[in-house]
Amino acid sequence: MRLLKFVNISIIAMLSLLLASCSSGENLPRNTGVYMLLDTSGTYAEELVKAEHIIRFTLSRLDATDAFAVARIDTGSFSEKDIIAKATFDDRPSAVNRQKRLFAQQVSEFVENVRPARYTDITGGLLQAVEYLNEKNTGSKTILIFSDLKEDLEAGYIRDIDVELEGFDVIALNVTKLRSDNMDPREYLSRLEEWKGRVEKTGGHWRVINDLDGLEDLL
Amino acid sequence: MSFLLGITPWPVASALLWIVLVVGALYLIRATAHSTIQAATQGLHRSFRLASKAVARSEKTLTTRNREVLLAAGREAKERIIEREFDRINETVRKDLANYSALHRSLSESIGRIEKDHQEAVDVPPDPPGWVKAVKAVAEMDAKDGRNHVGSILSDIHKSLIKAHTEAMNAYHVASAKRHKHRRHMRPEWRLIQQSLSAVGKNVDSLLGRSVTIDRHMQEYEEMVGKHDRAITVLSSSSLVNFFVSAFVLCIAIGGATINFSLIARPMAEMVGGNSVIGGFQTSDIAALVIILVEISMGLFLMESLRITRLFPVIGALPDKTRVRMIYITFSILFLLAGVEAGLAYMREVLLHDELATSALLRGETGATASSGYMWITTAAQMGMGFILPFALTFVAIPMETFVHSLRTVVGLMAISFLRLLSLALRLVGNISLYLGVLLKQIYDLPLFVPLWLEERMARKAGDVGMTQRAIQ
Repeated sequence: MRLLKFVNISIIAMLSLLLASCSSGENLPRNTGVYMLLDTSGTYAEELVKAEHIIRFTLSRLDATDAFAVARIDTGSFSEKDIIAKATFDDRPSAVNRQKRLFAQQVSEFVENVRPARYTDITGGLLQAVEYLNEKNTGSKTILIFSDLKEDLEAGYIRDIDVELEGFDVIALNVTKLRSDNMDPREYLSRLEEWKGRVEKTGGHWRVINDLDGLEDLL
Repeated sequence: MSFLLGITPWPVASALLWIVLVVGALYLIRATAHSTIQAATQGLHRSFRLASKAVARSEKTLTTRNREVLLAAGREAKERIIEREFDRINETVRKDLANYSALHRSLSESIGRIEKDHQEAVDVPPDPPGWVKAVKAVAEMDAKDGRNHVGSILSDIHKSLIKAHTEAMNAYHVASAKRHKHRRHMRPEWRLIQQSLSAVGKNVDSLLGRSVTIDRHMQEYEEMVGKHDRAITVLSSSSLVNFFVSAFVLCIAIGGATINFSLIARPMAEMVGGNSVIGGFQTSDIAALVIILVEISMGLFLMESLRITRLFPVIGALPDKTRVRMIYITFSILFLLAGVEAGLAYMREVLLHDELATSALLRGETGATASSGYMWITTAAQMGMGFILPFALTFVAIPMETFVHSLRTVVGLMAISFLRLLSLALRLVGNISLYLGVLLKQIYDLPLFVPLWLEERMARKAGDVGMTQRAIQ
């Protein structure tokens, strides 16, 4: 009888502990939000096959309730119209698989039919990414920039603004060297430094991954 | 340091002076220091001894309690065994003695039939031959008419005799045939009686065997009631054996429950969501665990209702009708849960295929999605396991009951051993502290060897002078 009493008390204590842990802990989101920007300007559009590979890898790493969007960088990228594919994954694993397959298909179609853009508005895309991920209110927020990071704005577009990147991971992928970079590598380095400065100035965390075979640390 | 060595112009002299001063001071306070060391170490010694005694007392109390627990558990187990033996005897007596009147009637009827057949099988003496009268008639004729007709008369007599003999023989054969027939009738009756009596004999033997078993159990029970040491030893060893055996079986059951968990945890995500978390654990995992725990609980209640285990006295004390209802209810719930598990196991396989296909697509391996034609075997096996494991887990109740009961004794024995060791250690430390006092006093005296030597010499000299004076006087 004493033992039964002990078991009962233990169960009640465990339940109380469980409830306490549920109630005391802040109800923070634990999901992941990823926004990927694809540079489609000029010759860089040829690199998009690699981007498709990265997108598939990212899809395989994402799970239920995570959010993922892929958008192109063109003349004016601060627009929902530039989003190629987006998905907030369902809670059920079977639905997640269906969403992933559909997402991959949409990206494939885009890569096959992509037309090079005349200008490169990376800042606009970054603003759009921040807006999207803040709206999704995910636990971790990652912006992937698949670009050579050479911004080329059309006249009239104002992008001299600080993007609030507190709590964001910004990862530049496949930052290729331009012909001018080869002639003067300082250009390439200063470009990277400039973007790093812009991101870290507003509280973001900056990384560059050029070796696409080592994507394990991406997310 | 320089100050210490600077009290005289010569450091060596200063050092020597310090040594002399320190040794002198130590010598002066020697008696006080010795008594302080002795008091401290004796205080420690007493404290440790006191603690050791307290622990030993606790150990004794625990031993008594453990003994009582062991005896109570043993008595309870023995009562159950004896009760079951009596139940079996009751069942045998009820089954066989309830038919006793029928058996008696059958035996009486058989005996009556045998008697009747026996009566009818008695050898009937043949009728006296008819030629006696004929001889008498011949004798009378011989006296009156002479012997003229004797030949014909004898011829008639001969005929009559043959006829009578034939008739008698026929009658005898008929009678013998009848007797044999009656005796043949008696044979099955004897067999019937023999069978009935051997059945009764077997039952009586079984009852005698059971009574011997009950005697043995009663003797052991009496030993337990009398709190004999032999009973305690037997109970302790059997309790330890029960503990290890039941722990082993429980480990196997935990393995089964883990497999069961892995079968249903993944598809549970389809029902409760794949990313929600409660207290740091995934909700789907918690839901799967809860289902398994509910199954084990139902199994416990089923075993309890069947009176196989006695973990919940409330269930055992329920009226039979309610108990039977409870059996049906718990079994139905178990059956439903087993069905749910089989469905979830199927769902798991479907999800796994879906996930593999998606992964292959994302890796760009289009050919990898083709599934083998034999995959239905694994699906069927998983469904079968999902259905069977809940019922298999039902039987966890039996080793669990044994484990719970033996755990009390085992924990008690472990606690006793621990307290015994603690008591020994405390006593050891107490004694060490006592000898430490002696050692410290010796170490204290070590730098004082010069004054002590002088003191000894002076004491000897004083002793010699005293002896000389006494001798002179």
